[in-house]
Amino acid sequence: MSYTLEGRTGTWEIVVGLEVHAQVISHSKLFSGASASYGGEPNTHVSLVDAGFPGMLPVLNHECVAQAIRTGLGLRARINLESRFDRKNYFYADLPTGYQISQFTHPIVGEGTVEIELGDGTVRHIGITRLHMEQDAGKSMHDQDPTRSFIDLNRAGVALMEIVSEPDIRSPEEAGAYLRKLRQILRYLGTCDGNMEEGSMRADVNVSVRKAGEPFRTRCEIKNVNSIRYVMHAIEVEATRQIAVWEDGGEVDQETRLFDPSRNETRSLRSKEDAHDYRYFPDPDLLPLVVEQAWVDELERALPELPDDKRDRFVKQYGIPRYDASVLVAEQAIADYYEEVAKGRDARLAANWVTGDLFGALNRTGRSIQDSPISAQALGGMLDLMADKTINGKIAKEVFEDMLETGDSAADIVDRKGLKQVTDTGAIDAAVADVLARNADKVAEYRGGKDRLFGFFVGQVMKAMAGKANPAIVNEALKKVL
Amino acid sequence: MSLDPATVRRIARLARIGIDESDLPALQGELNGILGWVEQLNEVDVEGVTPMVGTGHAALRTRDDVVTDGNCRDAVLSNAPDAVGPFYTVPKVVE
Repeated sequence: MSYTLEGRTGTWEIVVGLEVHAQVISHSKLFSGASASYGGEPNTHVSLVDAGFPGMLPVLNHECVAQAIRTGLGLRARINLESRFDRKNYFYADLPTGYQISQFTHPIVGEGTVEIELGDGTVRHIGITRLHMEQDAGKSMHDQDPTRSFIDLNRAGVALMEIVSEPDIRSPEEAGAYLRKLRQILRYLGTCDGNMEEGSMRADVNVSVRKAGEPFRTRCEIKNVNSIRYVMHAIEVEATRQIAVWEDGGEVDQETRLFDPSRNETRSLRSKEDAHDYRYFPDPDLLPLVVEQAWVDELERALPELPDDKRDRFVKQYGIPRYDASVLVAEQAIADYYEEVAKGRDARLAANWVTGDLFGALNRTGRSIQDSPISAQALGGMLDLMADKTINGKIAKEVFEDMLETGDSAADIVDRKGLKQVTDTGAIDAAVADVLARNADKVAEYRGGKDRLFGFFVGQVMKAMAGKANPAIVNEALKKVL
Repeated sequence: MSLDPATVRRIARLARIGIDESDLPALQGELNGILGWVEQLNEVDVEGVTPMVGTGHAALRTRDDVVTDGNCRDAVLSNAPDAVGPFYTVPKVVE
């Protein structure tokens, strides 16, 4: 089902491309030795290079280059062995040099692709145009003083990767899926923490609308959207606005806009005609960056298994459905947890417990997999008790809840509560006989052809035995007698 | 290539340099002189020649990812005309 919006003049489709700014995980900044860590007293993570003092020269951080290459490899993109740095010129108080060092004509990473999966199982490929390295700006605070803005340069010069997609996205849902996938890949690679709330991942959203079969119309850029949900809202709101403009006989102007989530609208941000005139030119302080293919190969060999590969392996190795596998690889820590539980055990059963009861428990208690109240070993221990028929599935639920509360091992709980499954056929046969004697009428109905009553008998026997009977033996005993 | 007065005015504004209308003709003449001089390069046939980015053959130097700098706020703020506590300040900029 393709996504469209209905206007007065007919059906419109939307065209979206995303520019994602991802803050590189590194100790020091892209071109200076000042700390790149978050927080810190204002203006302490700042060197004279970052503050734009005269005569200071930028020196490139080797690890940031490695991070950009790893990310490019993770996006299945071409790595450009020669790339360059340019100056992007504009004036703003939190940009001390008056230019941002970026890569304009020769980025380090070229075309790649990201596979996304939608709610209905549709798989789409979103093209990556490029990835380049650039510097972050400082932070302006406008609420400290009635007439002045305060400037903190701690972020100034921290390395960013700008990841530009092709205009391949056709719905808010696809934009959300793309951002989630990108964030997942970055986190797997350890190149960006993907934390949108703290601003370490932000998106600029390019939106246009068109009638089916038309070429692209003018687009608008919505700057600095800082959550996936807002990106999805902003696209819908902006597309609706543009449709109204076109349908009223107007023209959409190419401009930068701001999304205001409280009013659910976009507003023109920079009407200045010069906003896009950055007068890029090659940075004379920096030679072209040349990397060896051998180094790229070395970085590639050291990459972790990526989410798509892991998902496919889970399906093959553990025989679990693709959907479950996708859920389990959402975060590396979840995948590791699952593999620990599944190791040497019934892998499908393990998947069911992890994605079902465990996720439910984590949700309820507001915990993450890293501080799960039940460790992978503990959950595995419970599955072992099910495998050797010490407990059945119903009792397992009770044991699980107890583990959640007390942190005790499954074996201890079974001992403490006397939950060991009854496999003694004598006791089960007695219970079966008792149930049948008390329900003679139902037995007659069953024998008269009402097969559905079998479940009723099983339930009654289980109830009589406080849920501890082995269901397979109960079934067998009932079948024999009936 | 030749710059008209409107373009000269625009370049000045992008660079945040205030100029007098009366200075425009002179600046236009100077800039066009510079461009004309540089345009001599167009006479050289560079078809198939790799662009040269410098006279040396040195590769770009890089540094290890270690924190070696920063924590020098007094020096960083030493030229700030209106610092308040740990911050630079500028006339309020709100878009």
